[in-house]
Amino acid sequence: MKRFADLLELLALTPSRTRKIEALKRYFAEVPDPDRGIALAVLTSEMDISNVKPALLRETVLAEVDETLFALSYDYVGDLGETIALIWPHKAEGELPGLSALVDLLNHTSKAELPRVIGGLLSQAAIHERWALVKLATGALRIGVSARLAKTALAEMSGVDLQEIEEVWHGLKPPYANLFAWLEGRAGRPDIDNAARFHPLMLSNPIEDKDFEKLDPRDFSAEWKWDGIRVQLVMGKQGVSMFSRTGDEISASFPDVVDNVMGRAVLDGELLVGHDFEARSFNDLQQRLNRKVAQAKQMQELPAFVRVYDMLFDGVEDIRALGWEERRARLETWFSKNPQTRLDLSEVLPFGDWDDLGKLRRQGADEHGHEGVMIKLRTAPYVPGRPKGFWFKWKRDPNVVDAVLMYAQRGHGKRSSYYSDYTFGVWKGNEIVPIGKAYFGFTDEELKQLDKWIRANTTGSFGPVREVKKELVFEVAFDSAQKSGRHKSGVALRFPRISRIRWDKPAQEAARLEDMDAFVGAT
Amino acid sequence: MDRPVIDRNLYVPAIDAWIDPSEPKARAIITHGHADHARSGHGAVLATPDTIEIMKVRYGEDCAGRFEALDFREPLKMDGATVTFFPAGHILGSAQVLVEAEGQRVVVTGDYKRLRDRTAQPYEPVSCDLLVTEATFGLPVFQHPDPKDEIARLLKSVAAQPERSHLIGCYALGKAQRVIALLRDAGWDRPIYLHGAMIRLCELYQSLGVELGELLPATGMGKAEMMGEIVIAPPAAIRDRWSRRFPDPVVCQASGWMSVKQRARQALVELPLVISDHCDWGELNVSILESGAETVWVTHGREDALVYWCKQQGLNAEPLALPGLDDDGGEGGE
Repeated sequence: MKRFADLLELLALTPSRTRKIEALKRYFAEVPDPDRGIALAVLTSEMDISNVKPALLRETVLAEVDETLFALSYDYVGDLGETIALIWPHKAEGELPGLSALVDLLNHTSKAELPRVIGGLLSQAAIHERWALVKLATGALRIGVSARLAKTALAEMSGVDLQEIEEVWHGLKPPYANLFAWLEGRAGRPDIDNAARFHPLMLSNPIEDKDFEKLDPRDFSAEWKWDGIRVQLVMGKQGVSMFSRTGDEISASFPDVVDNVMGRAVLDGELLVGHDFEARSFNDLQQRLNRKVAQAKQMQELPAFVRVYDMLFDGVEDIRALGWEERRARLETWFSKNPQTRLDLSEVLPFGDWDDLGKLRRQGADEHGHEGVMIKLRTAPYVPGRPKGFWFKWKRDPNVVDAVLMYAQRGHGKRSSYYSDYTFGVWKGNEIVPIGKAYFGFTDEELKQLDKWIRANTTGSFGPVREVKKELVFEVAFDSAQKSGRHKSGVALRFPRISRIRWDKPAQEAARLEDMDAFVGAT
Repeated sequence: MDRPVIDRNLYVPAIDAWIDPSEPKARAIITHGHADHARSGHGAVLATPDTIEIMKVRYGEDCAGRFEALDFREPLKMDGATVTFFPAGHILGSAQVLVEAEGQRVVVTGDYKRLRDRTAQPYEPVSCDLLVTEATFGLPVFQHPDPKDEIARLLKSVAAQPERSHLIGCYALGKAQRVIALLRDAGWDRPIYLHGAMIRLCELYQSLGVELGELLPATGMGKAEMMGEIVIAPPAAIRDRWSRRFPDPVVCQASGWMSVKQRARQALVELPLVISDHCDWGELNVSILESGAETVWVTHGREDALVYWCKQQGLNAEPLALPGLDDDGGEGGE
């Protein structure tokens, strides 16, 4: 457990991605089974110690610590888990059991016994082990490590391609002994049920103007680029699961979809909300995301559906090696045999040449707020990852607005000595109100210049944030604008980035809040 | 106690003197050299010889009209009251002030700690009727670890990453010298590099007999020369432009606040070192009980929890809101 606590602490505090991966590699290489597998499960959020809830931990602590003192402490620390770790008043002899023994213990202790057992563990732990223990028990790590990063470390450690690990990942279970055996060359690739798990997605590349002359429009098909979230529906013998693009299962948030689809297949599509397949804004969809359990009222007001554009498995048959055209034909046949109320087909857009499609793209953006179009090679197989030359996204031109720099904040990691996060705003009457924040879109050289300008033009500072003279104009590009109650301006930008620094432009000529209405209306 | 011989602004009427006043006063008694306790511009200053040296180095020879040095445990009898200093263990020269008058014993702790620290005279408990205690770490979440373990973690990190420099953010007075001494005691005998703001106070400590080993200025060194080296700098410098001169620096900070990991993360500290020059919660509790005081005034930090705890022990307790003392969570103060 000490080793795992050290790892968590390092991951939480090290800003460098490379160093996090190095630490993970060392851990996986040096710690034996099954502990390392349990650690992997914890880091990839596959571990659920369902018995231990924050309320139970709180109760355990309040049996030992005065309630008022606990409340004052919690108020100061701000994080329940960390407060518990820091405040625990007892120290006992002995050491914590190993990670897997610990998880076993927590999973197999009755609810009535848990407070006593957890209390004993907290007493045996050193302070930073207590922190790890509480994180482990509640499953809320929040240390800035993604499942992808942990798998990347496995790939680097073993020399096995990350894609191959992703390919088997969703058929594996903690503590992953067969995975480690394979990665260390002691056994073959784990054998898993292919049709009943998540399969890594095929992604697209942005298309550039110069690409078109090399591409024959007759070799390609086109669809709208939908503004929802990418999902995979795995409809197997065991039931239906829905996964996000990273393979996280999100079925529980969308029972209105998974409980109402028919047939067997693995499908690729876009999750959207709206009645009668009439997609509403991404903003509406967001209200249904990040909820562990769906609420009836929301499901009624914002019913979810999936707009399907590809098929990976037809029944149990893996059809990923077929070309897009054949897969599409299979998909259409499958749809005609399996009538659906929560799935519909993404329409194929007819077009003659690239200019034609370009007009369609603009029209779609102006009239329906479509994000752009997807262009797919008719003969392309379904290849996980981002293969070159098969799928392209042709986004509509970004919106731009001239905004004034208001605040700058220090960045993280390599950028921690630079002011690299910028809050900018537009005029509302005689004052400037913030409309967004961006931290990329500029070169390293420009960052140095900006850093220098900010230091020379600071008018106030609040911790890591500096307020600056309202004199520097950024051309800010963004995908769309929405009404927002959270911002003083009432407007929020989606995916804002700095497209140009307008050293030349006087702040008086920056945009006004009224100018933003046009963007809000269009999307 | 009907009427304490000291008031809630730490003014002692019998001798017309203020303890650690935030404004210039005719007569001041100074517990130690940190800026939120020792200010310039007083008429007469009564302090330990070390504190007087520190004040002179920080604010200039003429930062007070007159200095009067008083050694530890030497009662100074004045008309109306007797004043005695006892070591507080916080930094070099730091004192607790015992005021005896009208049959009462009042102790003002200033800042204090009980852990051994060879850069400060070790804390001695003093019995009293009224104790005025600080509460910088006055919450039960503060349980300071053994600083030797923290230094061991630092040296382990240095050994594991020989291509990087370790930059330790420390207050220039007290913490810097303590961290250097801890490093020396742990066997680190390479030169330790200093930010310019650290140099004069380190020299002063050395001249007052605190061994710190070889110290060199950090500026003017080449990047390659600083690989594997340890640099001590003020907290503000370690994340700012100044730090760009070092090879891929590991940002460390030595402070009692570093026990809260969320805080360390927010402060972009990669290696937090929980090394504090104040009592933790348990030590505050013990000190209060040991003093035998029936009345406790709590100041300088998280008063609420400690006042609450004192009342639970059956003591009279109240918070003091002293003007000019830093209460922004401690990170800004010393």
